[in-house]
Amino acid sequence: MALVLTEEQTMLRDSARGLIGDTAPVAHFRKLRDERDAAGFSRDLWKSFAEMGFAGLLVPEEFGGSGLGCVEAGVVMEEIGRNLTPSPFLATAVLAASAIARGGSDAQKKAYLPKIADGSLIAALAVDEGAKHRPSKIALTATRAGNGFKLKGAKALVVDGHVADLLIVAARSAGQPGDADGLTLFLVDPKAKGVSIEHTIMVDAHNAARISFDEVEVNADQVLGEVDRGAALLDTVLNIGRAAVAAEMLGVADEAFGRTVAYLKERKQFGKRIGEFQALQHRAAHLYTEIEIVRAAVLKALQAVDTDAEHAGFAVSVAKAKAGTVTTLAVQEGVQMHGGMGMTDQFDVGLFMKRARVLQELFGDANYHAEALAEWKKY
Amino acid sequence: MSDAASPDLDQFRSDTRAWLEANCPAEMRTPMQGDEDNFWGGRNAKFASDAQKVWFERMRDKGWTVPDWPTQYGGGGLDPAQAKVLREEMAAIGARSPLSSFGIWMLGPALLKYGNEAQKAEHLPQIARGEIRWCQGYSEPNAGSDLASLQTRAVPDGDDFIINGSKIWTSYANYADWIFCLVRTDASAKKHDGISFILFDMTSPGVTTKPILLISGKSPFCETFFDNVRVPQSHVVGTVNRGWDVAKYLLQHERAMISGMGGRDGGRPLGQVAADSLGTDDRGKLDDPILRGQIASFDIDEAALACAAERAVDLAKAGQLHPAFSSAMKYYGTELNKRRHEILMSAGGIDALEWESERSNDGARARAWLRTKANSIEGGTSEVMLGIVAKRILDLPGA
Repeated sequence: MALVLTEEQTMLRDSARGLIGDTAPVAHFRKLRDERDAAGFSRDLWKSFAEMGFAGLLVPEEFGGSGLGCVEAGVVMEEIGRNLTPSPFLATAVLAASAIARGGSDAQKKAYLPKIADGSLIAALAVDEGAKHRPSKIALTATRAGNGFKLKGAKALVVDGHVADLLIVAARSAGQPGDADGLTLFLVDPKAKGVSIEHTIMVDAHNAARISFDEVEVNADQVLGEVDRGAALLDTVLNIGRAAVAAEMLGVADEAFGRTVAYLKERKQFGKRIGEFQALQHRAAHLYTEIEIVRAAVLKALQAVDTDAEHAGFAVSVAKAKAGTVTTLAVQEGVQMHGGMGMTDQFDVGLFMKRARVLQELFGDANYHAEALAEWKKY
Repeated sequence: MSDAASPDLDQFRSDTRAWLEANCPAEMRTPMQGDEDNFWGGRNAKFASDAQKVWFERMRDKGWTVPDWPTQYGGGGLDPAQAKVLREEMAAIGARSPLSSFGIWMLGPALLKYGNEAQKAEHLPQIARGEIRWCQGYSEPNAGSDLASLQTRAVPDGDDFIINGSKIWTSYANYADWIFCLVRTDASAKKHDGISFILFDMTSPGVTTKPILLISGKSPFCETFFDNVRVPQSHVVGTVNRGWDVAKYLLQHERAMISGMGGRDGGRPLGQVAADSLGTDDRGKLDDPILRGQIASFDIDEAALACAAERAVDLAKAGQLHPAFSSAMKYYGTELNKRRHEILMSAGGIDALEWESERSNDGARARAWLRTKANSIEGGTSEVMLGIVAKRILDLPGA
């Protein structure tokens, strides 16, 4: 597969760039932030996403979606990153849609996928519990009770958990924390008895939730996939999410970089445009190179998860790690090269830095994925 | 998938796989250990082994020393998709390149674009068959990274030019049969405008070479002197005084070649090299957690760079590649290769320090480490590459 976007993907990118750039630029995000909007995103915008077919990109056609792939989702994620657009796209259209389309029963697919595609259902994936992303250490227990299970434990950083109509919860139904397997995924109604949701606003002014489960009763038909064997499905869905987050980071990095280069061309100090200084030129050229390498690695990862390639996990770790490191560099250089202006809330570049910090942690930072790669290569 | 391989391409792949399986000697499927494992061709070519000879001759006879050149010039006539398949299938069995050649990597592409028919017909087949070994006369003592300041003069005399001057860092000039050379043909023109690109035989009277001993204790480089060397004017490639265009085009290929060097050495995975040397702990992890982390972070960068190299090929095919992108790749690839060799030295520890012993293969690892330090200097320094990116891609002022 060629590592360039096809004509159709380029058209999708252009329409995403148009919609998101026009209706949800950084000013849109600032407004929601400043008004302390309870949802943290615009329902109208999400409706437009659904009308444009973005919400159903990964939903099969028979369930009302367009049945496209992760490369297409990545194209939208990149534009979201470029504009810092708050949206349920990642949690609902990417993670939940993939989890249900790949792991769901026919009844579950019929119940949820059409609603994801038409924008009427918002869903969230609840995985992490500790300070760092460690899926194998999931401790939230699912204990067998009657025809179903009881969930007990807590989740942190559940993206869109504060507005979700449906939670996909990864729980330990067998084994001990640290065991690779013994996990089960559950579809949980956030209004169920025993679920308490604490809305958290993160450093980047995006929204998430800490959610606790106190003996929450779930039926057998709420199991997504197989009991005790949910790790493989979770891993697949996480890899799709990681590749998508890497694509969002690429958008963040590229936009922060573009704004920085524009600033280098206009800002004058010592009687010169600062872009004339070789020290800054070389750092900008280095950053350009790094970002182009990320672009290739992200596309490779998206293609690999689309084809369920054997090396998909490897390609995803490369992309997430590389995007994490380079995006961090891009936003830090962005703030530094903007000088004092970069430190002000009025200038956008600092907002990109805050977003990058969150995306770096989400589903494994660069160290996590370097470790995964070392394991993969067995050293 | 929209660009799924056609049945023809699938057939080509299985034929190629079978041919390579039957024709590539086992010895030619192991990583190269040193420069002697390269076969460079030329009038005085020497094979390091029978396997090297057999492998070269079989590949040459198929035109696969230059698989994507036209068959009329000794190439394999493969289209880009087929050439990619061949590269992939060779990589899959770890097959060595049958012929190392500046003629293939650098001069050939420039001749295909700028050479006249007589020049192509004379030189390209000889390059493809490994009969003539070429060297590059670009840098001068006062014109390295500032290449356009070169002073070697070519003065017309009847149908010939008389060339006087000297070159430096001429890789393997002492083994080369011919040189492709930049000379000043108009001293009054602006720096870039009075330069011509000319080809001549290194056995021409007045050409001498002198090796330069490097910190690696070896000498791929030479100084080269021209004392009234007579060269027919018909040996100019492209237009007289417009050699800069040819030179720049060729440099793109040189930079692409150097940026690929890290991958081309067919080296063993760093994690494995380090494990052999340091051992592993009771969980099977490298017995130096910080070095393990450095290797993992290197592996991430290397794998990502490989994606970028693959994408560059695909972008070029789609007509979307920025012509200065090879500078970015050259910069990144060479810096990464230096990092690779720092890690190799670190993993080798005391054993990697040996300089003269059979056990160390004559200090191969240390010498290779020192050699890589030139990667970010030769073919334009890293700083020059960054300057090109800043100016031509980012359009920064005054760059």
